[in-house]
Amino acid sequence: MLPLLRHARYVLSENPVTGLAFGLFALFLIAALFGPVLAPYNPLQSNAAMALKPPSAAHWFGTDQLGRDIFSRVLVATRLDLTIAFASVILAFMLGALSGVAAGYFGGWTDRIVGRLADTIMAFPLFVLAMGIVAALGNEVINIVIATAIINFPLYARVARAEANVRRDAGFVEAARLSGNGEARVLLGHVLPNIMPIMMVQMSLTMGYAILNAAGLSFIGLGVRPPAAEWGIMVAEGANFIQSGEWWIALFPGATLMLAVFCFNLLGDGLRDIIDPRMRT
Amino acid sequence: MTAVPALSVPALSVENLSVEFRTRSGVVKVLEHVGFSVDKGETVALVGESGSGKSVTAFAVMGILDAAGKVTSGRALFGGTDLLALSEHDLAEQRGRELSMIFQNPRTALNPIRRVGRQIADVLVRHGGATRNDAPRAAIEMLKRVRIPDPERRAEAYPFELSGGMCQRIMIAIALACRPALLIADEPTTGLDVTTQAVIMDLIGELAGEAGMATIFITHDLALAAEYCDRIVVMHAGHIVEAAPGRDLFAHPRHPYSAKLLAATPGETVALEDLASIPGGLPDLRRSDLPACRYSDRCERRLEQCIQPLPQHTVGERHVVACWNPL
Amino acid sequence: MTVATPGPLLDVAELAKRFTVGGKQGLLARATSFRKPVAPLPQLHAVDEVSFTIARGETVGLVGESGCGKSTLVRLINRLLDPTSGSIRLGGAELADFKARDFAGNPHRARIQMVFQDAGDSLNPRYTAADAIADPVRRLKKMSGAQLAARVEELADMTGLPRELLSRFPHQLSGGQKARVGIARAIAVEPELLILDEPTAALDVSVQVVILQLLQQLKRELGMSYLFVSHDLNVVRLLCDRVLVMYLGKVVEQGPAAEVFADPRHPYTKALISAIPQVDLEGAEPEQRAGRLRLGGEPRSPIDPDPTVCRFYGRCPKGTPRCAEEMPLLHPAGTARQVACHFA
Repeated sequence: MLPLLRHARYVLSENPVTGLAFGLFALFLIAALFGPVLAPYNPLQSNAAMALKPPSAAHWFGTDQLGRDIFSRVLVATRLDLTIAFASVILAFMLGALSGVAAGYFGGWTDRIVGRLADTIMAFPLFVLAMGIVAALGNEVINIVIATAIINFPLYARVARAEANVRRDAGFVEAARLSGNGEARVLLGHVLPNIMPIMMVQMSLTMGYAILNAAGLSFIGLGVRPPAAEWGIMVAEGANFIQSGEWWIALFPGATLMLAVFCFNLLGDGLRDIIDPRMRT
Repeated sequence: MTAVPALSVPALSVENLSVEFRTRSGVVKVLEHVGFSVDKGETVALVGESGSGKSVTAFAVMGILDAAGKVTSGRALFGGTDLLALSEHDLAEQRGRELSMIFQNPRTALNPIRRVGRQIADVLVRHGGATRNDAPRAAIEMLKRVRIPDPERRAEAYPFELSGGMCQRIMIAIALACRPALLIADEPTTGLDVTTQAVIMDLIGELAGEAGMATIFITHDLALAAEYCDRIVVMHAGHIVEAAPGRDLFAHPRHPYSAKLLAATPGETVALEDLASIPGGLPDLRRSDLPACRYSDRCERRLEQCIQPLPQHTVGERHVVACWNPL
Repeated sequence: MTVATPGPLLDVAELAKRFTVGGKQGLLARATSFRKPVAPLPQLHAVDEVSFTIARGETVGLVGESGCGKSTLVRLINRLLDPTSGSIRLGGAELADFKARDFAGNPHRARIQMVFQDAGDSLNPRYTAADAIADPVRRLKKMSGAQLAARVEELADMTGLPRELLSRFPHQLSGGQKARVGIARAIAVEPELLILDEPTAALDVSVQVVILQLLQQLKRELGMSYLFVSHDLNVVRLLCDRVLVMYLGKVVEQGPAAEVFADPRHPYTKALISAIPQVDLEGAEPEQRAGRLRLGGEPRSPIDPDPTVCRFYGRCPKGTPRCAEEMPLLHPAGTARQVACHFA
């Protein structure tokens, strides 16, 4: 463990931007874990008297049309958004990476079937497909997760397949078979660990898209429903007020959304540097 | 290291070349005071184990050192100019025309998505003064010179369609298309079968002889160097330790390291039990307290004197050794 | 160790492997050719009716140029690949009866192991040296925990790998150290036959000596037989009792190593030996050295080769009409030698 931490510290010191991303991620994590406790106001509490107030000392991000404190809502929404994103990414990874690795390693029919499946999914505009899936399965948060996972499946499957294909002929795969590893063991115990670094980057990037996807679906009324606090819904509600001058209602959740996606993108690269033992000196 | 004065100006004369690499764990003094020369028509082998600096020497002369590498001293006199002092633009003019290099992995050294005939034609157009129209025919002529059968058809092939030996011939064709004065060959036959190796080495020798071209041949294989080269320069940890004609080196090695290298090389008459390995390992070239002789830490003939900067004794006809206590 | 059955350790008989290449074999092609018979697809003869034996405690060398089928032969013997036909008997057990994809769980798996050419490539970049060495022991000998750790350390000591290096990853090890890890892993399950595929090709000459001497020592200590595949004939000469020369899928010469090197009979073997670089201390120019033979051209195609034409015909300095009408078979030439040539 210790050499890993030492290496992590080295990577972070060499690359300040990665350090920044990690710091930001830590903030988001704290917000997700302790949001409800840290929030100065109850995010669901309406207060008609305080409606549509601009940012001030009392309300850092201002209030929305129902008088709710936007800062508290943004803070609390972090938990929901991050949970949706994490869950989708992990589900997409499990479905996509495992099928992709099998397709790349075995070739033949496995490859053909996985390939056709991926092609079918990619034939649709992805967001429209997500909308369709949520509409068909029902307007629940869990279905946002499933929909996001499905639309990300081809990406994971393709990357995993390419990586597995390269490693299929590597010496260590043959050595593993000589050592008594059956094909499943070779795949899971030898090939998969080697594609993890690339998968980590993939997962981190997809986190960003997953958040955007969830926000997008909520924006159009699918998935998360009011009065739940979620960045997408907040932007949707705030959009109505931009013309009349209450810019803060849409801006703050939007900016947080942007920051989160930005953070996850940077995170991916940094994570890859830490995980890949070849980067260790 | 100065060679015995030759009758004419050498094709290439490297003097006092030192190269450093900046890495995340320190400055590595990869080459120190390397000097040797190659006459016109001569084949000189740079022989050494991994880490000896033989490839770095070639890359420094050609100006293709890694970005982390820096030449800290020395000159490489070629046709009157110091290659190390040339601008990238001027150097690019020389490369391919007067000064050429072939590399270790022929299939990967060629452009994988360009037909081989075109790759030869490219050099002819860029440096050889050929026009777009003449170049393809001239390329086929080059293919004939390197003895590729069915050259018209082969010129349309991609590197992946050709065997290792064929790809190496293509590389030779590209390198020699403009009849350079100097060819540097960096382990050109490593990875090729021994029969193909023999044919390729013969081919290089023949073409070099025809054109009076000087050749520097980098290898870790002493026997190969001895069979095909006029002189052998032995390198260890960034230093030149000995330089001599092949036969002299094998018959009378004067540097303890050369002797040990020979003793470790399998040959016709030696049994496995009689082969000797070389004790110790390469010194860490990042140290600031490196001894003047980088072999001294593991040398059994070490004397008090060996901490002093190395001398160069001439011990025979074109036979030089850098040692205080030569054999 | 199991009780040794009498007879050779490895007995390969008429082993062949043919790969189908190209041709229209897709579903659509087959479906649309219902009237005409589908032409037989071209076959690449990678290994063609090869037979040889390896006795207990013997080191047999396998030489030949790239494309001669040595890698395929090696993979057939260590059961990573299924033969098209032929037999592979290891101490009496017929290994060709088992399918390659299920062989990992077979009780005979531990009896044949291999040391790879590129030690770096053969080590999983995400496994430490200890993990790599432990893997076969865990899978095939079912050891775990402290017993496993002790065994790994024992193997490291046997192969001269300093124990501190066991926790390192392959990219943190030198070429020689990686080679030792590869060897430790290969001998971990006490195989009877160890296949060495150019084990020192990527190593410096001084490291090579140490590794070869280690291999020699281990062979004696553990009573293994070796199949030593190499390009470097000088190394083969050092280590091997007998040598097999392959060309385009066939064995063209075999016999005691010293004899084959001193007096090669097959023209290909002659060319091979004359291509070994050597210093001529007498001072003769290389071209004049006796016995110098250079092979021009490229080998014949291994796809659907004509069974009546000698595979070496066309590239052979000799070459008579007979060579194109009658395939030379291996016939005895001396006490323990066999050559496949009409003129040897």
